[in-house]
Amino acid sequence: MKARVIVTLKSGVLDPQGKAIEGALKGLTFEGVRSVRQGKVFDIELNGDDRAAARKKLSEACERLLANTIVENYAIEIV
Amino acid sequence: MRAGLILFPGINREGDAVRALRQATGAEPAIVWHAESELPPGLDLVVLPGGFSYGDYLRCGAIAARAPIMRAVSGHAARGGLVLGICNGFQILCEAGLLPGVLMRNAGLRFVCKMQHVRVENAQTPFTRCYAPGEVVKFAIAHGEGNFIADRDTIRRIEGEGQVAFRYCDAEGKIGDASNPNGALNSIAGVFNDRFNVLGLMPHPENLIDPLVGGVDGRALFASLAA
Repeated sequence: MKARVIVTLKSGVLDPQGKAIEGALKGLTFEGVRSVRQGKVFDIELNGDDRAAARKKLSEACERLLANTIVENYAIEIV
Repeated sequence: MRAGLILFPGINREGDAVRALRQATGAEPAIVWHAESELPPGLDLVVLPGGFSYGDYLRCGAIAARAPIMRAVSGHAARGGLVLGICNGFQILCEAGLLPGVLMRNAGLRFVCKMQHVRVENAQTPFTRCYAPGEVVKFAIAHGEGNFIADRDTIRRIEGEGQVAFRYCDAEGKIGDASNPNGALNSIAGVFNDRFNVLGLMPHPENLIDPLVGGVDGRALFASLAA
């Protein structure tokens, strides 16, 4: 089973990297870019096919390692 | 005072920390490899030196914070033992939940490597008792991720309880954007836990122990620990 974990900065947390990327996109004259926030994607392969169990396990992985929940949110997709 | 240093892969400031501890205590600190599950018996102080543990992968300090030895370090702190984290060591202690808050990318995006004045905010702790309250000292800073942030309630609590150890300032001790090298909230350069036996700070006091190389403003921190 494959899963994707997406970790993003909480709103209100300053994201200087996102700001720099936003500036670079605007520099390339991309029209209509209002803002950019940078995040992380983890593609994870898991044994078994119990989707609920996988979601629970990944949620624990996010809480314990993949995200720092002081400043980051996470979302889990089973694909 | 018996001190031990934790060595994670990618740490590179342990030599400086050893020198500072040797000078202050007159004894050789123990070096403890991160894969160990126990600390040597009888340690009073555990130091997490600076560097780039695990190449700063995932988040600074995130992987080191989950190393086997960190369970023993948490136990040491829970028993009231002293823990000092410098630079990457501070990031590791925050990631391990031993200190509040988190260290984010510098607001200016650049790695900052320079001398920096800091003000001693609480001189009544085992780490700072040889400083005067409000004393302005000069330390070295060298980091890309020293922008301390925490939620509003946490900031209110650590400010109210005197848990701010050091604040970035100018040579006169004035706090403000002009003297804040990384955007840290309230110019916070170092914090204590709520029992004042764990300290993390971004500046490097261990580099300021010899007049030949920039000054001796860091000596009082190690003297406080050895006193």
